[in-house]
Amino acid sequence: MYLTKEEELILAGEYGYALQKAMEILVALGEIYGADKLIPIKSAQIAGVSYKNIGDAGMEFLRDFVDAGAKVSVYTTLNPAGIGDDEFMEKQMEVLELYRKMGIEITSTCTPYYGANLPKFGDHLAWSESSAVSFANSVLGARTNREGGPSSLAAAIVGKTPNYGLHLDENRKATVIVNVDAEVETFVDYSALGYHLGKVLGSDVPYFRGLRPSNAEYLKEMGAAMAASGSIALYHVEGETPEYRWAIADKLETIAVEESDIRAVKEAFSDDWSEIDMILIGCPHASLAEIKEVAELLRTRGKPLKVPLFITAGRAVKALADALGYTETIERYNGRIIPDVCFVVSPIRGWYRGIATNSGKSAFYFRSFGFSVRLDDAENLIMEAP
Amino acid sequence: MRLSGRKIVGGKAEGELIVSQKPLSFLGGVDPETGIVTDAESDIRGQNIAGKILAFPRGKGSTVGSYVIYALKKNGKAPKAIIVGEAETIVATGAIIAGIPMVDGIDVSKLRSGMRVSVNADEGLVEIEE
Repeated sequence: MYLTKEEELILAGEYGYALQKAMEILVALGEIYGADKLIPIKSAQIAGVSYKNIGDAGMEFLRDFVDAGAKVSVYTTLNPAGIGDDEFMEKQMEVLELYRKMGIEITSTCTPYYGANLPKFGDHLAWSESSAVSFANSVLGARTNREGGPSSLAAAIVGKTPNYGLHLDENRKATVIVNVDAEVETFVDYSALGYHLGKVLGSDVPYFRGLRPSNAEYLKEMGAAMAASGSIALYHVEGETPEYRWAIADKLETIAVEESDIRAVKEAFSDDWSEIDMILIGCPHASLAEIKEVAELLRTRGKPLKVPLFITAGRAVKALADALGYTETIERYNGRIIPDVCFVVSPIRGWYRGIATNSGKSAFYFRSFGFSVRLDDAENLIMEAP
Repeated sequence: MRLSGRKIVGGKAEGELIVSQKPLSFLGGVDPETGIVTDAESDIRGQNIAGKILAFPRGKGSTVGSYVIYALKKNGKAPKAIIVGEAETIVATGAIIAGIPMVDGIDVSKLRSGMRVSVNADEGLVEIEE
């Protein structure tokens, strides 16, 4: 891999330990994946935030980096944090503080694009939240690989990333055509479609025919589910996403999705209300439009929920919901908007038995953690809930 | 026997090999306090990698595995060097932040636990004493 004079000096340690280690990570990844050079990035988004996930080992690494004077050189946001008992929260706050000391914005969200970290078409990024990677690549037409926590941090510090994978035109072409021969209309339909395809396809670049999403949230949800049950980081939707015109390569395999595939996912997550003691909306973190919808549904319902409702969202989105009065409405009906956190990365086993959600990604993880799960659209959940 | 691969992290080390013929997960797969392999699918489950030269085909599992490799080093339970068939992000990043010499492009099926080896990661070389 070609390195500039300055990059060579960083690698040799002339600019200190932190930059040197960060550069070593980038150069090694560049060599492994055959990058020709490093390219500048516009922003970074870093996973490895919940203390549940990184543990003491990750904290020790971050602390050593902070002590060595590590600072990010591009706009950088964080993944959601965890919530847990007091002991957990103390460690969690310490993790956030370490990131803050490196100059990272403590906007802990898996949808940073609903805030200030909104890339534009063609921007190169180093993001590491799988659902955000999918959204940035597919819906926004920005370019990022599925980074790990340490590699996105290294890229944030150096301000560059190795030029390979989804940064290159040739790797952004579709590898399979998906003919959707089913009614895919609601949030949960898109979620179930994504969940099904993630399992079937693995790490392909699917090109969808027959989808007409009425809003970007549906694509966000489909991408998140695909990136959770599989490792899909980019997809194209004919007539909808910004790169579909250049996405078709010669001789692509075609697969079909049928009504029964979507139904099977929904049926797999249909535990009874008697087993549910929490409703979760906002995985990935809710947009303002999703919060508005919940507030309106609750008003239509007209009586408070017996089962508590949590909406997870970025703090910027919550601030807007506060300002527009949605938060107040939601709280009146036994709901709460919780900023900065994610239940999937929180040690909540024992807190709840069963979770009702409109997110295929959440359903996938909560089931694997041993919870009962009910997957349905926000409208049905709120109207049917006890 | 002399095997030639590629440098991922520079450095030199000598010691006894411990070889897994299956992909290895570090998060939840290796105890950072003791160096004992706990990965249920591993063929070296229950064995200790501390102070050994660790060889396996490739990493798998969560990217948080990188931090487990770092913790092993901090706790004095890290392998002296890592040899893999194919380097991927998790193990490479872990080896870099922990400063563990690492070579990839080695046919791990030729290696057996208990062999004495010297690793010259700067040159991408693995030498096995006959």
